[in-house]
Amino acid sequence: MRLALATLRRLLRLGLILLCVAGVSFGLMMASPVDPVNAYLGPLVAQVSPEQRELIASRWGFDAPAPVQFGRWLQQLASGNLGMSHVYDQPVGDVIGQRFMRSLALLGSAWLLSLLLGFALGVLAGAKEHSPLDKIISAYAYVTASTPTFWLALLGVLLFSVYLGWTPVCCAGPVGVSDQAIHLATRLHHLVLPVITLTLLGTASITLHTRARMVALMRSDIATHAFAQGASRADIAWRHGVRHASLPALTLALASLGELFGGSVLIEQVFAYPGLGQATVEAGLRSDVPLLLGITLFTALFVIAGNTLADTLYHVIDPRMRRPRKPAAMSS
Amino acid sequence: MLRIEQLSLALPYYPRFWRRRYATHLNQLSLSVTAGSVHAIVGASGAGKSLLAHTIMGLLPEDARSGGRCFFKGAALDERRKRALRGRELALIPQSLSALDPLARSQRQVGWAARRAGLSPAGAHQAACQALAHYQLDERACQAYPHELSGGMARRVLTAMAQVTQASLVIADEPTVGLDPLQRDRVLDALAALARQGKAVMLITHDLRHALSIAEHVTVMHEGHCVETAAAHMFHGTGQALQSAYARALWQALPDNAFTLDSGYMKEPYLA
Repeated sequence: MRLALATLRRLLRLGLILLCVAGVSFGLMMASPVDPVNAYLGPLVAQVSPEQRELIASRWGFDAPAPVQFGRWLQQLASGNLGMSHVYDQPVGDVIGQRFMRSLALLGSAWLLSLLLGFALGVLAGAKEHSPLDKIISAYAYVTASTPTFWLALLGVLLFSVYLGWTPVCCAGPVGVSDQAIHLATRLHHLVLPVITLTLLGTASITLHTRARMVALMRSDIATHAFAQGASRADIAWRHGVRHASLPALTLALASLGELFGGSVLIEQVFAYPGLGQATVEAGLRSDVPLLLGITLFTALFVIAGNTLADTLYHVIDPRMRRPRKPAAMSS
Repeated sequence: MLRIEQLSLALPYYPRFWRRRYATHLNQLSLSVTAGSVHAIVGASGAGKSLLAHTIMGLLPEDARSGGRCFFKGAALDERRKRALRGRELALIPQSLSALDPLARSQRQVGWAARRAGLSPAGAHQAACQALAHYQLDERACQAYPHELSGGMARRVLTAMAQVTQASLVIADEPTVGLDPLQRDRVLDALAALARQGKAVMLITHDLRHALSIAEHVTVMHEGHCVETAAAHMFHGTGQALQSAYARALWQALPDNAFTLDSGYMKEPYLA
């Protein structure tokens, strides 16, 4: 019952946030110099008379006041219709679906790898502060934390694709081959370099935060008590450290779900990887309003999902965050 | 069981960040703790009581300087032997309740202590259940997280963690701080029971009055010095049996006795 109520409350909150995001992004679109009619006409714009333009505009309902337009758009949204993308000449829902699946392969694997690798490195480094291993890992983390994504990606392409020729220069598959015909191994081959680049960069912040938590734990009363019980450092890192350090690592990883989309725009541009990031750039440059709004809402949904997941996991890991199981009436 | 001879300890500090100096925290300390009895270490805050415990357990930072000798069961107790024996032969009941891991259930933590003492997984689980039951912690308290326990219950969990190790020397660091009289007596009874099992118990406290109820010997500490070691029965009447003025003044200052503050002890040579 309580669970159902909590879920309902969360869903309600989710709906409200999405409504706010929709309102703000719609307002920004209205205020921007983007003209959907011009964007639709493209190069034909010179051949169309003002009367014809007005005809198109009134057909599309642009003569109505902004709140009415917003209301209509919301109505369509509620029925699951995100509109048509004129850049890709497909329904927006389909474009986002396809692109997202490709981005997921890239971002999902990079995200998971950087979480696991960053956490492991952070625990190893923090278990013994100032040890040689700690110094090596910290130095690596500081260097990569201050490296710009696109710069590393460019270097990667130059070295591995152009100079050594180990990895393909661009795209999610060979040029000119239809999407279905690409073999899995080829897909993976195209994924390797972008995934490694993203992983290398994503690892740094998780490593540093995990390490900081580990160092704090190793200096705490908990560790001293464990040492007094004859525990080794590895024992303390395993039994106490992993739990304690997983809190900041998870917060950071789940909060950066949205950030990964931001980063992916750059990475996907450099590697010409046809994912959601590239679609966003296309939609922005070519004034594809429905697609841009659709991607905005989708990204917001993703960020909210990440935060909700972090909240839920916190309660699983840290018992102090849970509500008391029953009014505390324990006999002593 | 444990004999300490001329123990000194200095810890580094940095008056300027490039300059290291050493401050003496324990000075020429000697005492011995016998099996089957409670030996109380009494002193004001900052007297070096907890540092003494940490020195015996080998929990000091690496740059600490110590002198003097320790003997445990007749053999010298050096840093290597401390590391090998702690958790098995030497057990510490820590001062702070924050020594319990807030993210693990109490039964699990007691089980870990048993595993660290060298028991098998099944044996550790059984030992943990027994130890917790021994300290009247019910099933619910066993499955509780530290923040769900009262102060007294958390203390008993810590005591259970020392009990499962089967150590022959138990050092309890301020185990009665912040407890109501009922809980305090329970913890003290538990320590007295450990001594009756034949273990040596070192009770570190600043509460002389309640330490006397279970201790056989009392060592009074002041600023890193061992002022006096006396049998518990010598704390009696006006304290005339006590040798040092500081111990007498401490005894006189208790509310049950004269409740006076006699600063005459300041004249003693090492208390300048």
